[in-house]
Amino acid sequence: MSATSWAWLVLLLPLLGSLFIALGFRVLPAKVAGAIGTAAIGLAFLCGIGALLCLLGESPDARHHASSLWDYASAAGLDIKLGVYVDPLSVFMVLVVTGVSTLIHLYSYGYMQSDEGYHRFFSYLNFFVFSMLLLVLAGNFVLLIVGWAFVGFASYALISFWYRRATATRAGMKAFVINVVGDIGLTLAAFLIFRELGTFEYGEVFAKAPHVFHTNEWSVTAICLLLLVGAFAKSAQLPFHTWLPDAMEGPTPVSSLIHAATMVTAGVYLIARTHVLFVLAPTAADIAAFVGLATLLVAGTIALVMTDLKRAIAYSTMSQIGYMIMGVSIGAYSAGLFHLMTHAFFKALLFMAAGSIIAAMANEQNIDKMSGFGKAMRFTSFTMLCGGLALAAFPGTSGFFSKDEILAYASARGGMYEIFTVLGYFGALLTAIYTFRLIFRVLPGRPCAEAEELIETGHVHHAHPFNPATGEEEDTDVGFPGSEHHIAEQSWPMRAAMGVLAFLALFAGLVQVPGLDETITKFLDPVFADSPLAAIHPSVGASWAGLAIGAAISLSGIGIAYWLYMVRPEAPGALERRLRPLHTFLANKWYFDELIELLVVRPALAVGRFANDTFERFVVDGLITGTAGTVRGAGGVVRAVQNGFVRSYALLLIAGFAGLALYFLLSSS
Amino acid sequence: MNTSWYIVLSSLLFATGAVGILIRRSPMVILLCLELMLNAGNLALVAFSRMVGNQQGQVFALVVMVIAACEVVVGLGLIVAIFRRKLPLNVDDLRELRG
Amino acid sequence: MEAVLFFLAAIGALGGAIGVIAMRNPFYSVLALIAHLFSLAVLFLLLTAAFVAAAQVVVYAGAVMVLYVFVVAYVGAGESAWEPIPGQRLLAPLLGIAIFVELTIAIASSALRALSTHGPEVGAGFGNPAAIGRLLLEKFLLPFEATSILLLLAAVGAIVLANRKRVGGATADAGRGMDGTPSEHSAKRSEGVPSIP
Repeated sequence: MSATSWAWLVLLLPLLGSLFIALGFRVLPAKVAGAIGTAAIGLAFLCGIGALLCLLGESPDARHHASSLWDYASAAGLDIKLGVYVDPLSVFMVLVVTGVSTLIHLYSYGYMQSDEGYHRFFSYLNFFVFSMLLLVLAGNFVLLIVGWAFVGFASYALISFWYRRATATRAGMKAFVINVVGDIGLTLAAFLIFRELGTFEYGEVFAKAPHVFHTNEWSVTAICLLLLVGAFAKSAQLPFHTWLPDAMEGPTPVSSLIHAATMVTAGVYLIARTHVLFVLAPTAADIAAFVGLATLLVAGTIALVMTDLKRAIAYSTMSQIGYMIMGVSIGAYSAGLFHLMTHAFFKALLFMAAGSIIAAMANEQNIDKMSGFGKAMRFTSFTMLCGGLALAAFPGTSGFFSKDEILAYASARGGMYEIFTVLGYFGALLTAIYTFRLIFRVLPGRPCAEAEELIETGHVHHAHPFNPATGEEEDTDVGFPGSEHHIAEQSWPMRAAMGVLAFLALFAGLVQVPGLDETITKFLDPVFADSPLAAIHPSVGASWAGLAIGAAISLSGIGIAYWLYMVRPEAPGALERRLRPLHTFLANKWYFDELIELLVVRPALAVGRFANDTFERFVVDGLITGTAGTVRGAGGVVRAVQNGFVRSYALLLIAGFAGLALYFLLSSS
Repeated sequence: MNTSWYIVLSSLLFATGAVGILIRRSPMVILLCLELMLNAGNLALVAFSRMVGNQQGQVFALVVMVIAACEVVVGLGLIVAIFRRKLPLNVDDLRELRG
Repeated sequence: MEAVLFFLAAIGALGGAIGVIAMRNPFYSVLALIAHLFSLAVLFLLLTAAFVAAAQVVVYAGAVMVLYVFVVAYVGAGESAWEPIPGQRLLAPLLGIAIFVELTIAIASSALRALSTHGPEVGAGFGNPAAIGRLLLEKFLLPFEATSILLLLAAVGAIVLANRKRVGGATADAGRGMDGTPSEHSAKRSEGVPSIP
């Protein structure tokens, strides 16, 4: 079996799973559907391993294959195929996506039980994995756009999964609309690429580009900027980020899979895949890096004041993706992708733990109401701590090695890029603070009422389902989890998934220790060999110095959080009161939503209103009714001739005769 | 008196008849004006027949006379019928055939 | 001599025509038309159309005009002279003048040179009944027969139009007795029929 055959299998299995569950949802029992869904992704992961082994069996230079099943269109200069491109980058992404997805499917198997929409959930989830794999394995830009759009749709379907909730459907629409804006950018970029280079296939595009474009020529810069629009919308970077916090309306496994591990990393993948073009347009690459940096800092500051547990983790995701975007834009390709991998592990884990806690709280997500779960839910607390440590880049965890590698590369590149290093470390400090803010608020301390109930009775707190955001009662018929909530301690699939991820979050960093083994870098080298930026390596000493600084910052961040939330619990309140304006600004998410409402939503609504009231009524309707009225008027004029008076008919006769005679007289004279 | 005089007279009579149709209201008088126009035509026919030198125009004039007689009969019959039904004998009031 | 006669007859014809369109009483209009017809007969005679002139007097002035007189007597008179449709008050005379002027110009500028002549010399029998009769029965037989059928049609049509009732086969006129009083069966018949037939 060649690598491309494995790749086709990887694509096929989730699709089959999705279709099978969708078509058989009436006959399949719930557990069987869940098992099929999980098994489909698990098998896809194994096929990914197969592809990996095939690739490893070849020499590094030969590790890129393209294979196509059939032609979509080959006419008039177009040649679009249904084709995949298998190289270390795509196999890496496939493994990350399928691996984490399998674990999340396993988690959902337990978490989503007793949900009315269980089958729908697994069908959608499998479809999402299929789309993400299509995006990653696509061999030409057209198929990339197809996968991109499918992923957007899957995200919409899963965010508004509990569709009777008004907030959920609104969030789904918001996510979709912003993603479509990104799609426009991506599509225009593809058009431009075709116009300049005449092809959509990856291999040809990346081979031709250095010969056709000069550095910083307007066309390649435009292409890269449009690609960035797409990447930023999908990866929730400024200014297209407002959909991600609202997307937390979806079930927790959705947040964990789509909005932490996979979909939001599509932008990072895109930049890494098209790195050849970004090398030719350094301005665009620098813009991307600055946007990533800005997002990193903005999201970090907002996460400091968020009181909704899932939204706080969402802002943390935004911030970490800022690191990744920054990384692949400045040339730290393998570092950025390594961070992608480790982030998938610990962020998915954090969401899973958060889901468990929220379930224990009967869907209450406000951390002000949570405390003392460390005693009530030991397993969940332990895994949450693992994830938190990795996120805060505690020395030795996976996040530690990945995040600091990006910053070390930035300082190795030198010059202007030192800013990235400095501000990146500041961002790391913020990360550590807000992560442990969450952990110290929720886990230690006196147990809250729900936690008490859990400790004493072992039962999860049962509450009448209502939407905490709007206060309205939930509709449990369509799939809101109803009265049964599932926590990790009581569900073995959840425990299994979280356990594996906890292990990975803690120890996955050991594959890329500077100076010791750099498996990721070596694996991805052939892909990025054509970029001059990849040749820049921080020296081992500089790397370890960076790691030391990172460790210091992480520990100090944890220490500050400890001091603020454990030693002096009244200090945060006092700080908030002292810095009230700043706090309000941050709590309102830097007023981005209001800005977009003002700049985009209101003008669009005004245009719509104008079109409906004025244009439609006067121009379009006016044209049609006006035509009818004109015809009717003309008819009325003509009808007036038939007035019934004999003498007027006689007059017409005589007048006609006189006229004719005149004509003949004049024409013959 | 050459032929053109007769023709001019004929056209004058014709025009008079036309004006009469347009300005009188009673159907009776309108029929009379129609007779005027027909006779003007007859006069022209006979004059041309004399000008050309054969009698075909005169035969034509005879036929026109016959037709005028028939038309008068039918027209007057209409007028009598209208009168019998006590409808106003007024061309302006008889206007139901209209669009 | 001929010119004098022509002008006299022309004045008569014109006077009659203007009388037709100008007289208030329709009866006077009929009389004016009769005078007009007589003048035309004179003009026909001047044009050596003897038979046509005779037919004009006998048939037209004699029969058709008598018919007119009967109907005017039956229908009655009494209306004002000139009542054009308000919108055509000015237009009608103008159109009349226009027609006259155009026709005159057409004649005057016509290329028919023969218009300014009397016409060729004709023999004595030009226009007399024998010649006309021969033409009617030899060359114009078909129009002759067609016009006779037309006459028949006109007569039938007039009777149908002037009929009082259409029910059954009997007419109200047939139902009246000789002295004008309604007979029994016509009275019965007329009862069941609405007044407007």
